[in-house]
Amino acid sequence: MSEGTARHVVTLVVNGVVREAAVPARRLLSDFLRHDLGLTGTHVGCEHGVCGACTVLLDGEPVRSCLTFAVTVDGHEVTTVEGLAEDGEPSPVQRGFTECHGLQCGFCTPGFLCTATAFLRDNPAPTDEEVLEAVAGNLCRCTGYQNILKAVHRAAEIQAETRGRPEPHGYGTLGGLADRGGRA
Amino acid sequence: MTTKLFGEPVQRREDARLVTGQGRYLDDLGPGALAAAFVRSPHAHARIRDIDVSAALDVEGLVAVYTWEDLPGALAEPLPLLIPHPALTHGRTAYPLAKDIVRHVGEPVVMVVAEDRYLAEDACALIEVEYEFLKPVVGVEEAAQGVHLVHEDVPGNVGAHMVQEVPSRDGRSAAEAIDAAPHLLEFRLDIERSACMPLEGKGVYARWDADDGSLRVYSSTQTSTSVRMAVAAKLGLPLPKVEVIAPDVGGGFGVKIVHPWPEEILVPWAARTLGREVKWTEDRREHFVSSAHERAQVQHVRVGFDDDGRVLGLDVTILHDHGAYTPYGIIVPIITSTQLLGPYKIGAYRVEFSSIYTNTVQVTPYRGAGRPQAVFCMERTLDRVAAYLGKDRTEVRAANFIRPDEFPYDQGLIFQDGRPLIYDSGNYPESLRMLKELIGWDSFPDMKARAAAEGRRIGIGVGCYVEGTGVGPYEGGHVQITSDGRVHVSTGLTSQGQGHETVFAQIAATELGVPIERVSVVTGDTRRFGYAVGTFASRAAVMSGNAIALACRKVREKALRIAADALEADPRDLEITDGIVHVAGTPSASIPLATVAVLSNPLRYAFDEEAKRATQFSGAASMDRPPVDEGEEPGLEGRDYYSPIRSTFASGMHAAIVETDPETAEIRILRYAVVHDCGKLINPMIVEGQIHGGVAQGVGGALYEKMVYDEHGQLLNASFMDFLMPYATEVPRIETAHLETPSPLNPLGIKGAGEAGVIPVSAVIASAVEDAEGITVDRMPISPSDLHTLRLRLAQ
Amino acid sequence: MKPPPFEYHAPVSVDEALAALAETGTHGKVLAGGQSLIPLLNMRLAAPSHLVDINRVGELDTIAAGPDGVRVGALARHAAVERSAEAAAALPLLRQALALVAHPVIRNRGTVVGSLVHADPSAEMPAVLALLGGSVRLARLGGEREVAAADFFTGPMESAAEPGELAVSAFFPAPPPRSGTAFHEVARRHGDYAVAGMAALVTLDEDLRIAAARVACVSVGPGPVVIDLSDACGRRPAASVAWDAVAAAVRDRIDPEGDIHATAVYRRHLTGVLAVRALKEAAGNAGTEAAHE
Repeated sequence: MSEGTARHVVTLVVNGVVREAAVPARRLLSDFLRHDLGLTGTHVGCEHGVCGACTVLLDGEPVRSCLTFAVTVDGHEVTTVEGLAEDGEPSPVQRGFTECHGLQCGFCTPGFLCTATAFLRDNPAPTDEEVLEAVAGNLCRCTGYQNILKAVHRAAEIQAETRGRPEPHGYGTLGGLADRGGRA
Repeated sequence: MTTKLFGEPVQRREDARLVTGQGRYLDDLGPGALAAAFVRSPHAHARIRDIDVSAALDVEGLVAVYTWEDLPGALAEPLPLLIPHPALTHGRTAYPLAKDIVRHVGEPVVMVVAEDRYLAEDACALIEVEYEFLKPVVGVEEAAQGVHLVHEDVPGNVGAHMVQEVPSRDGRSAAEAIDAAPHLLEFRLDIERSACMPLEGKGVYARWDADDGSLRVYSSTQTSTSVRMAVAAKLGLPLPKVEVIAPDVGGGFGVKIVHPWPEEILVPWAARTLGREVKWTEDRREHFVSSAHERAQVQHVRVGFDDDGRVLGLDVTILHDHGAYTPYGIIVPIITSTQLLGPYKIGAYRVEFSSIYTNTVQVTPYRGAGRPQAVFCMERTLDRVAAYLGKDRTEVRAANFIRPDEFPYDQGLIFQDGRPLIYDSGNYPESLRMLKELIGWDSFPDMKARAAAEGRRIGIGVGCYVEGTGVGPYEGGHVQITSDGRVHVSTGLTSQGQGHETVFAQIAATELGVPIERVSVVTGDTRRFGYAVGTFASRAAVMSGNAIALACRKVREKALRIAADALEADPRDLEITDGIVHVAGTPSASIPLATVAVLSNPLRYAFDEEAKRATQFSGAASMDRPPVDEGEEPGLEGRDYYSPIRSTFASGMHAAIVETDPETAEIRILRYAVVHDCGKLINPMIVEGQIHGGVAQGVGGALYEKMVYDEHGQLLNASFMDFLMPYATEVPRIETAHLETPSPLNPLGIKGAGEAGVIPVSAVIASAVEDAEGITVDRMPISPSDLHTLRLRLAQ
Repeated sequence: MKPPPFEYHAPVSVDEALAALAETGTHGKVLAGGQSLIPLLNMRLAAPSHLVDINRVGELDTIAAGPDGVRVGALARHAAVERSAEAAAALPLLRQALALVAHPVIRNRGTVVGSLVHADPSAEMPAVLALLGGSVRLARLGGEREVAAADFFTGPMESAAEPGELAVSAFFPAPPPRSGTAFHEVARRHGDYAVAGMAALVTLDEDLRIAAARVACVSVGPGPVVIDLSDACGRRPAASVAWDAVAAAVRDRIDPEGDIHATAVYRRHLTGVLAVRALKEAAGNAGTEAAHE
């Protein structure tokens, strides 16, 4: 086997389900999710970390999956756009984007949805400034952002209506898996 | 409940799948397909001496390596010149893989196919191409001097040269009118390169079915029907054996109307050659250096005008940089030169353009397609006229407007569709009145004075445009109502995020009187509809929308005919509401469209309960007539086409208030107002969305985005780090107002809306910055550093 | 845009990491947050044959704030340092600067120490370390050394970290009492690398006159450019400083280059403007600090 092609078994909890695949160390998390696990909802727009389309939640926090190696996050928990719906119903953020025409081509949308989901979990009643800052790291070429800002506010409203008080989030590293480390 | 949905802000039907990750974009398809990657030229101009692929052959997972020499038949010929034009005397296109000479950084030289993209890139990195350097030609003015040539057989690097001249009503030429005018101004304007830059790059995925001898191609394209014809021609396949499907497309903005891209024929060819599925997904770096750019022009203006600011003569000479090749012809400079006149009637007009080759990425339409440059030219001109005369800028515009009673108004030019440029309708004075009210034009001087008292600099700007939309030749629609009462609509035209599934469903639901939930729409799939042109030029709603409406009307007429028979009523007394045909005023006398669909298709075999009602012993049919009447066809379906005599002309006016930092020269847009007239609105929510997106791209073009080439033809900012597309923090809130002047040209009275937002933004921002700073802005985009330079120049 | 292949090392302790780095020598590269390294790999602008991934080295995920300053471990993410109330209390400049580092999502992954080692002259954190006179602790198999900021940034994208060494932590010393800081920058877009930027530190004397003033400039040199402006400010209250002269002093001391985003002339001008703005704010913050004494 030539140098650098060794395969590493990577196990993630993706959207609540344990998923595993053996991949080279250089496999980007974005490609791992899309091509090794078949979760194509996470999109790849630039592969240098600027556009934010590939943003997923890693242990609950938004990160660029194109700037993360799958092997690095072996044992951790990942939420993708496919996992945002709650009990089969669209989440407040998904509803907000739909109601406010917060998407056009939809390519950047998964990144915005994941980013906004984590943001509203931590800040359920944000100001205009906070919403702007929260989504300012994601590029959209279609919408001009106005409806995206509106959608995040609307999602906050829906979240408040449907949940009353925000619940503490249920994310966290799965200790047993995460601590395994260094298996490569 | 009502089925009148036309004109309502109906929520998008695409969104349910797109917000849950269930969209299907090109790279989501074909798991396990082989991956293609390309060795692209690192040089702007060079002769290929040798290609050594031997080192790549050791890469595990390598499947195939192809160079130009491997290409058979028509594949080895240059790519098609899609839009020939008599003025394009020296049109040149690239080979799918470079033959002998590369003419821009990024031109594909070698195609590699491997088990996955990582391995394909590994192989690419090991392929050695030996080049002999040729002198790169960069910069349109240097190129126009013709000292060094991009193509040896194109003297002076001039691909096309075209002059259009419209004399004044009293027969003067532009030169005469300008010379005779009381006032004359002469100046130069510059617009830099930008690009569409959709978030999803291009991509192609092909499957060859050896048993069937057929090919299915998925492409992230704006025209699947034409890609299909191009693939069939290039691969020598019978057209019926090729299917092309545009899946969900992650934005296009023009770049994906060009076809066939090299990859669009190479990938299907490789799939057939290898008997394996092959996919190519363009990455961002490839998109920067091997797709297309737009905008770059140098304009020289001579204008003569009277004391009221009326333009008596206008002469514009344009140097248009079209890059290394001209696959899309000279559409962009044609549009610039013909749409330059905007909402104005000009005494005499002469426009001349030279379309010039440079060793840079080719130039093809980007949203607005030459209009942003045109509007920049005209509006900068009127601002200068106003400044010269000491008049309000809106007053000068009003003095030149075409009046509402002057439509249809013939500008005397030939438009991009080869047809006369005749405006169908519009109300420019009313637009301007609405805009001034929306932005607070008349009270701005007070606001400016108050800001100045606080040490702040603010300025206001304005820009007007007219946009020819809905160009021909045609689009079609097919509508079928099945026996379950569902309505299946298809059109060959593609979508790239505009919400066609929603607006076309609104049209069908309204025309047929059915709930929108029962309507499904398919676009851009040649299996469903084979005849189409494509999505560009703000034409989808106008062209396919009207075609679908006409097809629905055919189906409705047939449904009423069959229902009238069944209800023993006069078809003229029938209405359709909520999918049920009933006699007006007598709701009990009714029949569901589902049943009408059953009756429309007499059957022999009962495969389900509905079908049983249409079989030959069901007693439903008259014994006096054949089951299918003469002149009728089975089924409740219809197909129709819309082919307009010429384009319909939308219009709009924008205004902005900007603030410039006296110290840092940062430019901030405080307010942005849009008055927009695209005729009747199908879905105001979607139209607003189009405007927002267009303005954001316009802000990019005005303040942030440019493609920077060095003298070697290297693109210096081929990444999102340095090509500065605006984030949410850079785009102002956009205030909109709509004027609805219906188009008399089409049944729905609509005009296109897709490109509008982007068109006047550079002109508006330039106008506002100029107002804030008291300097002359003649080049866009403008950065803080540029503004600082202008300040220093003014201070000298 | 896929990274080239590399051998992957996944140490779970500093010792293991140092062993891996010793073994791989010049062929090894440390992977921490990856927010700068992975773009370079994806573009194949870097192709180390070994990557030593320290993301499992939990002992490096530390933020220790005390009266003398803040020591940040190699695995502390920007976001964690930004959120740390203790770090912000000890050294407000950390939060002031971190808010300007890229975007929140990048900060969730990127590390402070990583950005120091990356040594981008346009980055904020090197300027902070340089302004405060901090240091980076470099460990190698069998030893470690503490390198002062002034010696650490050796050139554009170049630091004193040598093959085999791991930057295990960085120390940001707290300024003396009655000090205030500020960070100002102008970026083309919010979150971009700065066209020019400025970290400022002002210390007042007991009469609230400026006793010491210093700035560290971003994007105008091969690394952060530290300029002592105590003399230029003079020992006087901020309100009566000849700020134009301060700006001129800053402009005299830098040698910026032009690029596609800004001319050298503009950068020089802007740096002067930002120095004054940052110093004024820092002086104001110092005044507030002094009032709390």
